[in-house]
Amino acid sequence: MAVIKLSEAKVNFIKDVCKSYGNKPGEVINVLHKVQGEYGYLPAEIQELVAKELGIPVSRVYGIVSFYSFFTMTPKGEYPISVCLGTACYVRGAEKVLDELKRQLGINVGEVTPDGKFSLTCLRCVGACGLAPVIEVGDKVYGRMTPDRVKDVLAEYK
Amino acid sequence: MHVLVCGGTGCQASASAQIIKNFEDILAAKGLQDEVQVVRTGCFGFCEKGPIVKIMPDNTFYTQVKPEDVEKIVNEHIIKGRKVTDLLYMDPENKEHVADSKHMGFYRKQLRIALRNCGFINPENIDECISRGGYEALGKVLSEMTPQQVVDEVTKSGLRGRGGAGFPTGVKWGLCAKNKCDEMYVICNADEGDPGAFMDRSIMEGDPHSIVEAMAICGYAIGATHGLVYIRAEYPLAIHRLQVAIAQAREYGLLGKDILGSGFDFDIELRYGAGAFVCGEETALIHSMEGKRGEPTLKPPFPAVSGYMAKPSNVNNVETFANVPIIITKGADWFASIGSEKSKGTKVFALAGQINNVGLIEVPMGTTLRDIIYEIGGGIKGGRKFKAVQTGGPSGGCLTEKHLDTPIDYESLAAAGSMMGSGGMVVMDDTSCMVAIAKFYLEFTCEESCGKCSPCRIGNKRMLEILTKITEGRGTMDDLQELRNLAAVIKDTALCGLGQTSPNPVLSTLDNFWDEYVEHVVDKKCRAGVCKKLMRYEIDKEKCIGCGACKKNCPAEAISKTDYIAPGHKLPSMTIDPSKCIKCGACISTCKFSAISVK
Repeated sequence: MAVIKLSEAKVNFIKDVCKSYGNKPGEVINVLHKVQGEYGYLPAEIQELVAKELGIPVSRVYGIVSFYSFFTMTPKGEYPISVCLGTACYVRGAEKVLDELKRQLGINVGEVTPDGKFSLTCLRCVGACGLAPVIEVGDKVYGRMTPDRVKDVLAEYK
Repeated sequence: MHVLVCGGTGCQASASAQIIKNFEDILAAKGLQDEVQVVRTGCFGFCEKGPIVKIMPDNTFYTQVKPEDVEKIVNEHIIKGRKVTDLLYMDPENKEHVADSKHMGFYRKQLRIALRNCGFINPENIDECISRGGYEALGKVLSEMTPQQVVDEVTKSGLRGRGGAGFPTGVKWGLCAKNKCDEMYVICNADEGDPGAFMDRSIMEGDPHSIVEAMAICGYAIGATHGLVYIRAEYPLAIHRLQVAIAQAREYGLLGKDILGSGFDFDIELRYGAGAFVCGEETALIHSMEGKRGEPTLKPPFPAVSGYMAKPSNVNNVETFANVPIIITKGADWFASIGSEKSKGTKVFALAGQINNVGLIEVPMGTTLRDIIYEIGGGIKGGRKFKAVQTGGPSGGCLTEKHLDTPIDYESLAAAGSMMGSGGMVVMDDTSCMVAIAKFYLEFTCEESCGKCSPCRIGNKRMLEILTKITEGRGTMDDLQELRNLAAVIKDTALCGLGQTSPNPVLSTLDNFWDEYVEHVVDKKCRAGVCKKLMRYEIDKEKCIGCGACKKNCPAEAISKTDYIAPGHKLPSMTIDPSKCIKCGACISTCKFSAISVK
């Protein structure tokens, strides 16, 4: 993995976040939520800094980042696409929509397009089962998806 | 006059925010903003027909409203008092329009206790909640009841944990109350990770005050002053509404120091989950709140003895809490009169899948599956044949036609090889392959296994490998036996409840759909046409005109010319070499003569 040098502003932001939680090891998940909310992902350098500030081993921070699916170590695309693979969406054909997205974007789940525009992930149930199958592009929810509609949805962001 | 617009997640995804804005703008333009109040409510439950708009007091229920329909509703209904007929729900049987939700098949058999306020109040306004009886129960326990009486009342009501296992709530409170300690915790489990279940989210979005109130009641009963809600970070709207509710409750003196002058202190904080299914297990949830990996530990010690920060803690699920205030106000006997012998009250189910009326429903315990699927759910989509219903999520199982008349409660579902779980109910028709469904759930379990104990971590992985083999046509009859062996070991030896129940989807499909497994293994056939590797693409030589469009499009060069020219055609027909075919389906979509089919 490429080494990223954190800018001073970033370092200060992260230190402030840790401080706002009293630099308590028990708050590590809340700290990571805040930091990822700001930067979109949690590369090794950020984890090292968080560990140092909270006075815990990096292994513990990494253990948490890798354990919870909400945390990611890879940056997302400008328009992150999430395909719901909850049961309701699955039985209404979500997999076919996912296959079509993979085909049109030329990437696999967990990857980003070379131009950094789209990233593709799967999630389990956004609670919009009435609209199944559902995909999310950023915060926008697209319901009743079909493989045919994939092209139109992507076109909105091109 | 009130205009209630559903602001649940499903309806928000279909532009309900724009509908609200249009109502406000158009009403203001006509100078009606003071007479007609527009309220963004929680989920009405009828997600299939969303977005829902309800006009009160005449209780008119509009379905699938579009932002551009708003003007018509204002002009016709609000100003002239005429219902907009084409936006009313149409009864699928007699094709008549129904204006009142009470007369719709979807609502007729429902009994809404936990969801009593969802869709009736603006969840971000504490006054509306109070006007419907909110915080009455808290006032009652603080002024008239001792903590022990509260525990006894909840015990007597027969309320059981709605998160899955169904442990009696009052007994749980009583156990915790015995361990008096200067620091105790009331924890609300709002980590709804079950794919296909969204009732906890809807309660938090539609009636967050019921949770705040119930947690305070629980705190009083067990002697705790701290409340914690462990909520999924993926539920931003629910988080927001809980935050608003907590702030309003503090402002009204319903949380904080010396609540209602009783000397009882209680406050609530939110803790965020980060996407781990196993955190629904209470010991794992507590570890996650402490900032650790959400791995379960052996019980005992139970959280009632040593929970959050090693202090006595009581963990209940959102829906369980939502039942508490009304039990206090209406009494344990009233609650115990609803439901079946051992399962009291109602249960909320998230009805989804291949069913006409997808949505959130609440029915008395003991309602049959047939009533839920056909009366409330409106039957199978597209008039297809019912095949199975999956209950209990990844810990549950698939039930079939023979279970349709089973009254649903904790015991009957367990006896049928499934479980109540959190209440996901996914209906499947004959386009679903049961082997693939079992594989789908195992993939979920493998992804979500925390990895702490080997039966779950390795055992499920081996089962998934076998299922993959079967769906790819490489399975043997020995594999089916091996699946059963592995499942038995995992059930006996996994550390936590989630691990122990993880083989259920496989076991229940093996029991109920044995023929389908055998077909996959022996005949290498998938009757639902889901398992790609078992499909065969064939060209009907009589229909093929020999144009060669499919041949040109085939990426695997699996299509070639034959010597046969069908009567009436000029060119020889094409054929597919199954050994080369990659089953991509490119040929089918190019053939304009419907000559290619999947067998």
